Amino acid sequence: MSEPVIKTDKLAKHFGDFVAVNDVTFEVYPGEIFGFLGANGAGKTTAMRMLCGLSIPTSGTATVSGFDVFSQTDEIKKSIGYMSQKFSLYEDLTVSENIRFYAGIYGLTNQQIKQKTEELVERLGLQKEIKKRVSDLPLGWRQKISFCIAIVHEPKIVFLDEPTGGVDPVTRRQFWELIYEASQRGITNFVTTHYMDEAEYCDRLSIMVDGTIKALDTPANLRKNFNVTSMEDVFLQLAREAKRKEA
Amino acid sequence: MKQFWVFIKKEFLQVFRDQRTLLMLFGLPVAEIILFGFALSNDIKNANIAVIDYSRDVASQQLVEKIKSSGYFQVHEVLMSHEELEAAFKRGKIKLAVIFPTNFYQDLSHLNKAQIQVIADASDPNTATELTGYISSIVTDYQLKSATGARPSYVIVPEVRMLYNPELASAPNFVPGVMAMILLLICVMMGSVSIVKEKELGTMEILLVSPFKPILIIFAKMVPYLIISMFNVASILVLSVYLLDMPIRGSIPLLFVESFLYIVTGLSLGLLISTQTDSQQTAMFSSMLGMMLPTMLLSGYMFPIENMPKILQGLSYLVPSRWYYNIVKDIMLKGLGFSAIWKETLILLVMTAVALVVSLRSFKIRLE
Repeated sequence: MSEPVIKTDKLAKHFGDFVAVNDVTFEVYPGEIFGFLGANGAGKTTAMRMLCGLSIPTSGTATVSGFDVFSQTDEIKKSIGYMSQKFSLYEDLTVSENIRFYAGIYGLTNQQIKQKTEELVERLGLQKEIKKRVSDLPLGWRQKISFCIAIVHEPKIVFLDEPTGGVDPVTRRQFWELIYEASQRGITNFVTTHYMDEAEYCDRLSIMVDGTIKALDTPANLRKNFNVTSMEDVFLQLAREAKRKEA
Repeated sequence: MKQFWVFIKKEFLQVFRDQRTLLMLFGLPVAEIILFGFALSNDIKNANIAVIDYSRDVASQQLVEKIKSSGYFQVHEVLMSHEELEAAFKRGKIKLAVIFPTNFYQDLSHLNKAQIQVIADASDPNTATELTGYISSIVTDYQLKSATGARPSYVIVPEVRMLYNPELASAPNFVPGVMAMILLLICVMMGSVSIVKEKELGTMEILLVSPFKPILIIFAKMVPYLIISMFNVASILVLSVYLLDMPIRGSIPLLFVESFLYIVTGLSLGLLISTQTDSQQTAMFSSMLGMMLPTMLLSGYMFPIENMPKILQGLSYLVPSRWYYNIVKDIMLKGLGFSAIWKETLILLVMTAVALVVSLRSFKIRLE
């Protein structure tokens, strides 16, 4: 197997006495769709923030696309994309203005931006919507566009923080097709989600409970090891052990 | 650097897309100036004044007739003591009194020179100066016309006394006040909303994950409002010169440089609020309470600072508009140069630096 794009070793983050993330060790490989599951308050967001270079870990080591999370956060930022559960486009700008802006702050040239915009219009069938303001588009469209913008600069890894919250099942399916496409192009997808059907779509899953990773394997292996028929049961078994109250 | 321009362009797009805000940004200064301008000239018609004529001669009668026919005054010709006069002022029955001394005509015919006394209620300083101005010009006009043949014109000296507010501390000239108020209003409000808006929308997270430098976010946010506000400075000045006949006695470039500084101060304070709050509403509210009220009340524009309690006087030192108001008055009305306003300039510079440093630091802390 090739070199991992994300590699953590006993990564931890403490806020005073509170241990948000407790000695987490895992590896993610190029092009992989890596599911990052956990109940609210399990430490997912904190772990993700450390990998994005937004938060300095308390102890342990980690590299993201070969860069150190302690000292090379600027390089990390250039090589990752990010899409959050909160809506991340500017509603008062049009779709093409959003693309131009985000591509622009990642340093793409005008030529590249133009090309990317055309590609995006083509792939999503946005011919009519490209000049519309984002506020006039349905939520499903916005999510898909957000994702495409998150990978507009061809990052090595894209972090997706509950990307499909509040979206209907059909659109969710379409959204996942975009993720598959990206993964085939070699982009690693690091996804957090609450939907168990989505968990099934991942290549590998980790389930976090109280700041530690309790399980990490393919969905099929997880079901087999826990001797249950659905991902939901795996998740519930683990989540029940949690001592922390929901944050 | 290219990223920076991309960001500024986006900020501009957003500003120009929100048409209601845009209307406020450009319309408010103009509306305010016009409103103040006309409100001022309107209420001067038919002011109640008292004429106390101890002399009762040809000259004084002629002058009284002239005052009566000017159309500005409702003249009450009465004889009253100083106590009665004072009481009439206090009850607000009259705005102004003209007093001809007993020896008015004697002085005039023998010395060719006499005095009249003009007393105005200066608790409303705008009206007081307007009214005394009118009286003086009527008197001057009378003097000019009194020159007949060989005889040189009379010299009548109106001795003006401003009651209740002798220094006319809150000055007739509202333009500096309006400038100080409007610029701060726009800058603080717009600045305070700008960053918190991105936080609320969730776009801030994306920006922070991107390689774009957080410090540049702050500067890029300032640029559009800075340009709009400079434009407003220009439009206020044009309006006041051409519509209101206000003079600009000092250096115009200096006025613009100082305004630039003041705008940056306002924006920095707005950004400071923006980095400390979590919702647009809180930001708006704090900029209203924290900046607008002090600006209106403590800048010396609406109420003279000398008449305030010591505590408020102390607080007024912290209000940027107080200093800018002085600067504009000194440049526009008194025609003074930089040597007269370096202290105020320095204070504004320090305020800006403190606001910027604190907001940058708290912005960084939030990233953690």
